[in-house]
Amino acid sequence: MKASIGWLLFAILIFPGLFFTGVLGLIVGWLDRKVSARVQYRVGPPFSQNFNDFFKLLGKETIIVRNGIHSLFVIAPLVALGSTVLIATLVGITLFQWLGVANDFGDLIVIMYLMMVFSVMVILGGSASGNVYSSLGAGREIKLLLADELAFILVCLVAVIKAGYTFRLDAILATQQAQGMFIASPSGAIAFIVGLLCLQAKMTLPPFHISEAETEIVEGPLMEYSGPLLGFWKLSQAMLWVALPFLLIALFLGGFTVEGYGILWSLLKYVGIVVVMILIKNTNPRIRIDTALHFFWKILTPLAFLATILAVLGV
Amino acid sequence: MGWYKRRLAKSLWVFHVSGSPCNNCDIEILDLLTPKYDVERFGIKLVGSVRHADVLLVTGVFNQKIAPRIKRIYEQAPKPIFVVAIGTCTSGTCCFKDSYNIVPDREAVIPIDVYVPGCPPKPEAMIEAVAKLIGVLNG
Ligand code: SF4
Repeated sequence: MKASIGWLLFAILIFPGLFFTGVLGLIVGWLDRKVSARVQYRVGPPFSQNFNDFFKLLGKETIIVRNGIHSLFVIAPLVALGSTVLIATLVGITLFQWLGVANDFGDLIVIMYLMMVFSVMVILGGSASGNVYSSLGAGREIKLLLADELAFILVCLVAVIKAGYTFRLDAILATQQAQGMFIASPSGAIAFIVGLLCLQAKMTLPPFHISEAETEIVEGPLMEYSGPLLGFWKLSQAMLWVALPFLLIALFLGGFTVEGYGILWSLLKYVGIVVVMILIKNTNPRIRIDTALHFFWKILTPLAFLATILAVLGV
Repeated sequence: MGWYKRRLAKSLWVFHVSGSPCNNCDIEILDLLTPKYDVERFGIKLVGSVRHADVLLVTGVFNQKIAPRIKRIYEQAPKPIFVVAIGTCTSGTCCFKDSYNIVPDREAVIPIDVYVPGCPPKPEAMIEAVAKLIGVLNG
């Protein structure tokens, strides 16, 4: 079957795009808060908490700041949401191959671009709000992007090389289904660990929440947002909880299987990655921006480079 | 509207407006977030920016100097917004009652929805006040 327009719309809006990722993202957001609460010996919020938060934000007043750039301020969260939906759709279509459509959508370069679009929108939205703290946060986001981008590209490159120099996500998946998961090899394992830490920085989770730092610069770029616009930011951040671990699963853990016990195994992969990220988040304090640069440029990037060389050598 | 108000009642994000308190009430507010009381159970979250707030927790007496600022913070918050006055200071000026610079009519500065007396009020009293607010929202 070839992809038609109607099918594409369905993929973007319902499954695996906006609706599916949004709902799953909000649920995982609850998991995040619940596990964090349990780590701190608290009870934590009820299951529907993040849905309540989101719907509440939709009904609040939107305040547009007078001394900001209004159009950019409004457009940034919408474009960010759009790019997250597209990442989720591209990764999702490839992962859930049983949709039964010839899928040559999952191009890794497009996905890397879209992830950068999200960060750029955070930067633009933050600097358009005419607030000192927001622009500070935006500046830190730029530095963080510079820090983690190279390591992340190298990580993606490892999967690309191991799949025989192809940037297509479905080819990467097919190679893994034929030869076993990439994480089983030394280069794949190193790349997976580096990739996990890069995701932590891409989603600005602790210890890399330098640009949002609630106690210091008051949520940074999101500070002046209120009402529905803030809701869209929160929704796209929640959707990253789905899209980015899915990408990592597609690159190194051999994707999802949906037959028999395979479902459990797939679920285990996803929940495992998410819980590891939550635990990293809860056990590390925020680091300074220079420490983050040091960590990414002097430790993780060389490691990722090593993994790339190993991958070229075929280990 | 009823549906929306129930959503709102389950997700009150509080912002802490420090008027001119002796700082004790503020410390008691922080107690609410500790593992013992854990108001995140009710979806209550402390936010750092007034643009994200649903409830303003105001502490301290309103004096001439702070009143315009409190009013300004209230105006900066996205509506609907609720105000909870924490401590005897806010409800009855407490030990500062003979001070020369007190604003006599605090409700003229901002509308206040719930008062929590006590110097400082126990965290249980504050939870009860917020529960009352939730009850009002649920109808
Ligand atoms: S009510 Fe009492 S504890 Fe609270 S700020 Fe006033 S004097 Fe301090």
